[in-house]
Amino acid sequence: MLDSTRIWLWGGRLAGALVLGFLLLPIFAIVPLSFNGGSILAYPLQGLSLKWYAAVTSTPRWLHAVGNSLIVAVSTVAIATPLGTLAALGLDRIQFPGKSLLMALLISPMIVPVIITAVGVYFFFAPLGLANSLTGLVLAHAVIAVPLVLVTVNASVSQLDRGLLRAAESLGASPMTTFRKITVPLILPGIVSGTIFAFAASFDEVVIALMITGPGQKTLPRELLSGTRENLDPTVLAVASILIAISAGLLLLLTLVQHRSAKHHT
Amino acid sequence: MTTEKHRPRRALSANAVGIALVAPLALFLLATFFIPLGGMLFLSVDDRELGKVMPGTVAALADWDGAGLPGPAAFEAAGRDLVEARKAKIAGTAARRLGYEASAWRTTIQSTARALPRDIAAVTDWKSTLIAADDAWGKPDIWQALARARGPLTDVYLSSALGLQGGQDSTLYVNVLARTFVIALSATAICILLALPAAYLLASVGPITANLLMMALLLPLWTSVLVRSTSWLVILQKNGIFNQVLISLNIIDTPLELVYNRIGVLVALTHILLPYAVLPLYASMKALPRSQMQAARSLGAGPLNSFFRIYLPQIVPGISAGGLLVFILALGYYITPLLLGGQGDQMLPFYIAYNTLQALNWGLAAALASILLIATVILYALYVRLVGVQRVGV
Repeated sequence: MLDSTRIWLWGGRLAGALVLGFLLLPIFAIVPLSFNGGSILAYPLQGLSLKWYAAVTSTPRWLHAVGNSLIVAVSTVAIATPLGTLAALGLDRIQFPGKSLLMALLISPMIVPVIITAVGVYFFFAPLGLANSLTGLVLAHAVIAVPLVLVTVNASVSQLDRGLLRAAESLGASPMTTFRKITVPLILPGIVSGTIFAFAASFDEVVIALMITGPGQKTLPRELLSGTRENLDPTVLAVASILIAISAGLLLLLTLVQHRSAKHHT
Repeated sequence: MTTEKHRPRRALSANAVGIALVAPLALFLLATFFIPLGGMLFLSVDDRELGKVMPGTVAALADWDGAGLPGPAAFEAAGRDLVEARKAKIAGTAARRLGYEASAWRTTIQSTARALPRDIAAVTDWKSTLIAADDAWGKPDIWQALARARGPLTDVYLSSALGLQGGQDSTLYVNVLARTFVIALSATAICILLALPAAYLLASVGPITANLLMMALLLPLWTSVLVRSTSWLVILQKNGIFNQVLISLNIIDTPLELVYNRIGVLVALTHILLPYAVLPLYASMKALPRSQMQAARSLGAGPLNSFFRIYLPQIVPGISAGGLLVFILALGYYITPLLLGGQGDQMLPFYIAYNTLQALNWGLAAALASILLIATVILYALYVRLVGVQRVGV
């Protein structure tokens, strides 16, 4: 009786571990292949080499795409972080019955499938001449990035210790001073986390980029998509591995920021 | 007294400051998201194209009763409109629009526009001139189609998206809708099945191990969908890693066909959506006291029995929240089926993009997108009722 229970419990755990392995498989399967000495996309590796990375850094097409992606992601963040942060601070002060509906509307770009946002923006931007421009891409990326900032900052604003604000006020600090010296430092981890989310959302985005960029504005994911569809070679895997490394780096940064803020709170 | 006097004013000014802070974002989203989406919804019923190319014809047909052939004035208006359209090189727009009514009329419009004489002052009998150019003009059908297409609104795109319009490809988009639903539902079912043991493992280990294992969930979640789809293509393709391993282990002799079909789509979609199913399930499992299962077992319930009767009913909220979220998300994937599916595995988003960029049938693209948008909004409202707006996306 007890033994069969044990078997079921350990069976469940083993199945869980296999599922987690399945989740990690695609990442760990392709990164080593990008260091393959040969050009076949299979194991065992034919020696180790950095030549596919060298191929990426010596191809103007890829470098141009990296440049575009960075410009777009940084500009997206420059729009999304201030707008999202201000709105989160504002929502905290508002008290009226429609508040949750307002919140739902403001974060709705997160739920609407990105293909719909892409098509809507495409139909709207095409007559304005924004369809084949980085400006159009930045505006559309800001739309999908801003809810991430809003939700993240909103979470840290709602955790704010109101006692500290009242204490500052009763000690004679002006609202502006209280905001600068108390509120901003306390919600800064939320703002930084939101910015990381927004940057990642733009940097990895491909569907909108596919819709509203011409040949001159191809971003890194856009070139990666072309590469995967037209010529799936180790260079494409090197680019994919670079994107994985950037994602992992951003995740690490996010974990550090949240870890530090958790330490501050206790 | 004074505080009571002050309170409403303070609340009012706090609201005013709050609204002023929310306003920039609200205006930004209005201009770049809500108005474009509204425009897209409108585009799915907008029918002013023909009126721009053939204004005279549209006016002449305005009070035609639709029986038999229209009067000579309509023939003359159509003839003059098509000559003007030829000069302005916009006859293609009218041809395309009429082609949605019946594909043969696309050629009728184009060839008539080409065949009409240059010197229209010499034309006395427009009716016989048009019929000489294409005998379709001698039948009532094309005139009825012109009258239907005169605008300003139409249901032609929505009804062809929903398969309500007769004709050769009337079932194309019904099949696409059904396929999208089936693929999303299959992916959701597989995700829940796989999420159960994964969430159980996370909930049954200590906090430090759980944090470490959580990375196995977050790292893929943070890796872009495109990169993961590319990766699955490398793993599953004919000479890919998976087939090579099976062949070298002598399990199979010939490679399995795992991509450009439903298998590839479902494997990659499941992988992409799985974390969204695990996280809410993990939260609801963690909330369960461990002693409950022990109590059930010590009272003599078998492991399966106590799982189905004690454990499962309590994690149903986690299952339904995760399942609904996965289903909503699954409806909208474009890149994954594009890379891993065959022609028969493309979902609604593919046809939205195809009609926007390749077929250039914006009305139909907008109609398909509107259907997806409305389905998403309804399911999202259901999801919010289930979990509450505060927890969405956190």
